[in-house]
Amino acid sequence: MPILEGEGVTKYFGGLAAVSNVDFYVNEGEIIGLIGPNGAGKTTLFNLISAALVPKPGIIKFKGKNITGMKSYKICRMGLARTFQSVKVFANISVFDNVRLGSYFGKSPGLSSADAAREAGEALEFVGLSAMSATPARDLTLANQKRLEVARALATGPELLMLDEMMAGLNATEIAQAMELVTMIRDKGITIVMIEHVMKAIMNVCERIIVLHHGEKIAEGTPQEIATSPKVIEVYLGEKTDA
Amino acid sequence: MDTARFTSKGFLVPGIINLVILIGLATLPLYGSLYNVVLITSIMMYAILTVSWVMFSGSSGYLSLATATFFGVGIYVSALLLPNTGAVLPLLVVVLIAGLGSSIVALGVGALTLRLRGIYFAVFTFGLVILVLELLNWWEHSVTGTRGRFVMLVDNDVIFYIMLVIFILSMLTTYLIRRSKFGLALQSIGENEEAAEHIGVNVTMVKVITFAISAFFMGATGAIWATKLTYIDPYVAFNVLYSFLPVLMAIFGGMGQIYGPVIGAVIFAYLQETFQTEFPYYYMLSFGVILIVAILYLPGGLVGLIQKAWRRRPGGRHADT
Amino acid sequence: MPESIVTILDVAIGGLLLGGIYALIAMGMNLQYGVARVLNFSHGEFIMVAAFGTFTLYTVVGINPLLCLVIIGPVVFLIGVLLHRTLFHQLSLRAPNVDAYAATSILASFGLLFIIQNIALLGWGADYRAYSYLNFGVNIGGAVFSANKLVILGFAVGIGVGFYTFLARTHIGKGIRAAAQDPTTASLMGVNINYVLALCFGFGAAMAGLAGVLYSMRIPLNPAMGMQYTFIAIIVIVLGGLGSIPGSFIGGFMLGIIGEIVSYFDPSLSLAAYYLIFMLLLLVRPKGIFGK
Repeated sequence: MPILEGEGVTKYFGGLAAVSNVDFYVNEGEIIGLIGPNGAGKTTLFNLISAALVPKPGIIKFKGKNITGMKSYKICRMGLARTFQSVKVFANISVFDNVRLGSYFGKSPGLSSADAAREAGEALEFVGLSAMSATPARDLTLANQKRLEVARALATGPELLMLDEMMAGLNATEIAQAMELVTMIRDKGITIVMIEHVMKAIMNVCERIIVLHHGEKIAEGTPQEIATSPKVIEVYLGEKTDA
Repeated sequence: MDTARFTSKGFLVPGIINLVILIGLATLPLYGSLYNVVLITSIMMYAILTVSWVMFSGSSGYLSLATATFFGVGIYVSALLLPNTGAVLPLLVVVLIAGLGSSIVALGVGALTLRLRGIYFAVFTFGLVILVLELLNWWEHSVTGTRGRFVMLVDNDVIFYIMLVIFILSMLTTYLIRRSKFGLALQSIGENEEAAEHIGVNVTMVKVITFAISAFFMGATGAIWATKLTYIDPYVAFNVLYSFLPVLMAIFGGMGQIYGPVIGAVIFAYLQETFQTEFPYYYMLSFGVILIVAILYLPGGLVGLIQKAWRRRPGGRHADT
Repeated sequence: MPESIVTILDVAIGGLLLGGIYALIAMGMNLQYGVARVLNFSHGEFIMVAAFGTFTLYTVVGINPLLCLVIIGPVVFLIGVLLHRTLFHQLSLRAPNVDAYAATSILASFGLLFIIQNIALLGWGADYRAYSYLNFGVNIGGAVFSANKLVILGFAVGIGVGFYTFLARTHIGKGIRAAAQDPTTASLMGVNINYVLALCFGFGAAMAGLAGVLYSMRIPLNPAMGMQYTFIAIIVIVLGGLGSIPGSFIGGFMLGIIGEIVSYFDPSLSLAAYYLIFMLLLLVRPKGIFGK
């Protein structure tokens, strides 16, 4: 049974279909890439899965359970966590407390104070931000804020982690570090779905890639298959760019 | 418990100051004039409303204009249960019921409206006061035929002490919330509600519960305030001013520290009580001007201003020179 | 004409009149909130001040209230533009993000509310004032309707339609509509955004002022009267859809008619009815009728 699956997932904004009839599945332990030109509906799909939005129509199941329309905090406690395209750290709260919030509230059943603090420390150590524990989140560089978001998500003890453009705005060194982090996360046994534009990362790290365009799934396969698919090439190189 | 925290200088000095102020207040009726006792009672009332308002709106990022509603509910509960014809229930019980009643109203309003965006919530709570006023007017006019009610007389010293207790409890609650993980969750909601919900915070529940807790104090204060007013009618009880003034006091005093709202309340309540009889419109006008000036030039409020000045002194930690 | 028909017509005209007033103040509020992004809680105070201004101009100087439209309208417009340029524009520069600006602009509008209301209290006192203008009956088909009702209705509709045409046809109007849809793109395409925002705020205030002038012919005036109109304006713009000027126009009429019908049965319950509608709207369809 796939850990995450979606059937006929659709979302209209006004008359425009941001996501249209998308079927997908993710197996436990995989690293899946989600790519597509700007406006293809990738983040919308993430929003539909994490219940920031509700699909209409469509069904989404996590660990076999129908999570369509469930509240986001419940989905998180079930074991699904995510990061955001525009980094959403808690600016005026310290790095440590940012992560501690995740370990306090993201687990079911909840942790004691001491355990939550310990797990927060571990998550920070894992992403390499321990030195900045006391710093308010707003004082971090963008790359570090992204790492903070990952630490916070990891503190909730997820079985599946969705990363939304984690590498956007990073330089080459930072991208390499991020790629390493992703593999380290997978090695911990966490399934990963990642939206990315940085092709190098996607091709090297992902086992399977789903391609969206205009809200529809147009291709799915291994990096090799996707790289050589004429449909995908046309979508990325041939067509007019969408706004 | 971490006793080192309690004996460190940072805790001892404010702790002693608190104690001194507390003792001074608690003994006031013994040495203070009637005028002062009544004045301090009023000031405490505004302080409680302001502190309670900050409890919810300060961290959550939701601008509540419902203060006047909860305050008014407390006043009316008191008028119903403590009429001048004789108390239906003991005074303290009434204060408690008023607080609980306001909390229940808050739970209802909150459950309905806190799922909306912040701006709709502000508008909703703004209209709530006007609505309750209209409905109550209609009720008193059409159904009961009464116009206003008389509240039983209570000794000024008793009123003072009850107000003091409510004030202390509200400050204590603020302190406890801030230090708890509940308070951290509330803060995270104010910082980024969507992110908070995605890391497992049940945002609706946290918001509604905090809203209800803040309403408790507003209602309890209203109940004891009614005994000071002795005559109330819908216009006296439900006045939008009691929604706006706490906001002004909190902004001016500063919402970062626990004492900011109190300082703001003390200053403005004092001004209010002093000038209300002589220059009622001028002072309200100046409040409006001060509010605008505070928003433009004092983002941290008065307390923020003082803190900045404190840090800039020669030898201070963040001295520029 | 049979009694019941006259009553229905009376309620209908009353509803349209109320609706016309609501339409004007809602269009004004929509310009300020939908475009300039300021939820102006002092909107109702502009109505109140314009009403009192008309009262004084008429009872003291003898200027016909309809003439006051062209005097007070531009004055309120200028005040609105100035307020935006000085106060709200400054706030937008200092705000770190959109939400912060929303909060500070609301609070600043409270400050304005305090100021304007108390200036009115200082100027005219707390008692109710009223004047009488065109208070005679007009005979239409055997039924008698108050002349000022018909005149107000006519002017309200006229101003509303006129303004809508202005938005649709003129250069400035198109700039405003562009800014309402997408300020960033509009400014990239050469629309002077700050200028447009200030204009919008001014027009918004002017609409409130014009509504105040018109309505002052029929109702008793009191410095505390503004707040309920602010609230009503907000309900209408939610009803009609934020950012949709035609929505505010139609929504205003809808709410006015509902209000008049409720008033017929019990005048003090009309605000409660509005509130109920507002509650239902927010829970069921916050977008409103024409909202995107």
